[in-house]
Amino acid sequence: MWKTRIATLLILLLGIGLGFFVYKSEVRHRNLAKDAKITGLAKYPFKLGLDLSGGTHLVYKADVSLIDSTELKNSMDALRDVIERRVNVFGVSEPIVQVQNGGFSNAGEERLIVDLPGVTDVSKAIEMIGQTPMLDFRTENPITDAPQEVTVDKDGKVVLDMYASKYIKTDLTGRFLDKAILEFNQTTGEPVVSLQFDAEGSLLFEKITKENVGKSVAIFLDGTPISIPTVNETITGGRAQISGNFTPTEAKTLVGRLNSGALPVPISLVSTQTIGPSLGVLATSAGVKAALIGFLAIALFLMIWYRLPGMIAVLALSMYVIIMLSIFKLVPVILTAAGIAGFIISIGIAVDANVLIFERIKEELRNGDGILDSIHHGFKRAWLSVRDSNISSMITAIILFWFGTSLIKGFALVFLIGVLISMISAISITRIFLYSLNIKKKNKLTGFLFGSGFSNASTVTATAVQK
Amino acid sequence: MFIIKHKKIFVTISAVLVSLSILSIIFFGLNFGIDFKGGSLLEVEYTTSRPEQKIIEDTIKPLSIGEILVQPMGEKGYSIKTRDINELERSSVMKALGSDVTEKSFTSIGPSVGAELVRKSIISFILVALGIIFWIAFSFRKVSKPVSSWKYGLIAIVSLIHDVTISAGVFAFLGHLIGAEVDTLFVVAVMTILGLSVSDTIVVFDRIRENIRVGHFKTFEETVGRSISQVYIRSIATASTVIIALLALVFFGPVSTRVFAIMLTAGMFFGTYSSIFLASPLLVIFNNLQKKKAKN
Repeated sequence: MWKTRIATLLILLLGIGLGFFVYKSEVRHRNLAKDAKITGLAKYPFKLGLDLSGGTHLVYKADVSLIDSTELKNSMDALRDVIERRVNVFGVSEPIVQVQNGGFSNAGEERLIVDLPGVTDVSKAIEMIGQTPMLDFRTENPITDAPQEVTVDKDGKVVLDMYASKYIKTDLTGRFLDKAILEFNQTTGEPVVSLQFDAEGSLLFEKITKENVGKSVAIFLDGTPISIPTVNETITGGRAQISGNFTPTEAKTLVGRLNSGALPVPISLVSTQTIGPSLGVLATSAGVKAALIGFLAIALFLMIWYRLPGMIAVLALSMYVIIMLSIFKLVPVILTAAGIAGFIISIGIAVDANVLIFERIKEELRNGDGILDSIHHGFKRAWLSVRDSNISSMITAIILFWFGTSLIKGFALVFLIGVLISMISAISITRIFLYSLNIKKKNKLTGFLFGSGFSNASTVTATAVQK
Repeated sequence: MFIIKHKKIFVTISAVLVSLSILSIIFFGLNFGIDFKGGSLLEVEYTTSRPEQKIIEDTIKPLSIGEILVQPMGEKGYSIKTRDINELERSSVMKALGSDVTEKSFTSIGPSVGAELVRKSIISFILVALGIIFWIAFSFRKVSKPVSSWKYGLIAIVSLIHDVTISAGVFAFLGHLIGAEVDTLFVVAVMTILGLSVSDTIVVFDRIRENIRVGHFKTFEETVGRSISQVYIRSIATASTVIIALLALVFFGPVSTRVFAIMLTAGMFFGTYSSIFLASPLLVIFNNLQKKKAKN
């Protein structure tokens, strides 16, 4: 008996500790000055999804038609890194950039998903990402009288793209760029942009220059030639210079843009979502309010209907809520409106196991067992249905998480964790609490305390007397 | 025993409810939102007071972005639905609306993203249904007399279809009433109802399984009837706690999850109803049919 009492004490202390952690870490984080260094408990705030914090969610389609399938993963990862760097340059806090690989469900489209919390100006966000330059090297087209490409642009103007036919693309693109440096020509004082390729790029560059000695090589930026130097000799070591009549500022921006990364794969925007900050704040406070009211109403219901075990269930449920909130902070789980809904529903479901057990205990008491025996059998007999019914909820949650879009995943993850934790809290915590009360005597009072609704639990009162 | 005695009445009630729901779906239809169809939704709010709806429509029309649907939202806002527009078109709409207006949210979904959601929804629906049938068949594998274990699974699926159809019917009615649209959350709601409905049915079946094993009761009919009277209080108590949580979400929760919560409330209610008043009577009816067959 003392064992269970000590266990109860430990669980309660753990609960208080976790509760303190949840509370303190939130308060500390809120009170932080904007630029203050985040240390200690403030490192664990609730992570809110875009629909709650406000922000922009962008989905890009990557055009991988020109990429070799063996290179696909590398290219997409490189694309992600580039966009990540680009977004970081603009000081967005905690952006999420992720690759969504093509599969059956999205018709094989390779996508890039960019979440920018706090950025509610879509045009600025799109500019931030879209401005990334596409750098590539092209060599002279051996067919000099190749047909010139005529295109009609979106304003209806006819454009004669003479460069497109005069030069042909090589494999060397900005993907192989190690870094770009701003330099000044020592004789003319003119700004030049120096490029340093990585190992693979250096070899490609060597090959291109070797094959084109005496000819020109064009450097294209976003589809237009910015510099067309003539190759004098084979260049090894992967260094190239662009001298394109830049002003110093132009050259500086170009270097900055090149360094933050040239896009290895062209991308186009397929989906946008922006949520204004006020809407998010409203949704968050409504979610918190609903959770609080839901919890209190359930607690009240439990205490009135299930009396003593009900009170213990409320304790266990409080532990459940505290554990869940701590998990949200520590994992961290990104909370969305749907996720909060999942959490609120899980509070309702968490009670299920307890209800099953309490009903069972009451039945055993009516059958004439002692209180401790009834508790013991109640848990044992209810376990199978608790397990089987929760597993079906978990199957649903796992499949939703596996196949869902990000919104569905947010719900499914919270729901899954909720069902798992509630099984633990309802079964082990409640059991230890009930045992530690060590009620052995069966009389009118305990009959009432273990009863529920309109009926009491002891054999005499349950059958004969209605409350 | 009351329920088993009058099993035909309850099965009829369920049949009527399902028929009404199907009628509601056919009659009101399910409005598919931009999550599925692709398109744009712009929500704006005016700082002082909002102009007439007609004025908004007339301001946007000259921008030639195709069909638009303008609906009042809240006290000072409008939601504007269009085909999926790009960034340039969005800013031209915002400019046309004037400076007195703030953008609350903007969503633009390309057709390929919508198609993806459709595929994902169908795949997960099939997987959830299959997962559940297998799980029930597995966990009831030792119970094959008098009703074989796969029949429990089949009946669980019947009551699951019952619950989902009724919830969808309620949703279609809501769509008619307040313009609720089938979106990602609708899919989540359907799947969650699948999970919850089955978990409730399992609890009832579990009791029947246990009573068969113990063998206190003489007939299968009595076993089922007594099992129901042993578990119905817990079913109602559990459903109540979940419904309390859901109602808190409906009345106090974020606007974005309101319809979702209403639909789940309906699902939870009918899910509990069906495991007591539909699934168990069906078990008995199945068993009786089987006996008749054996006699003939």
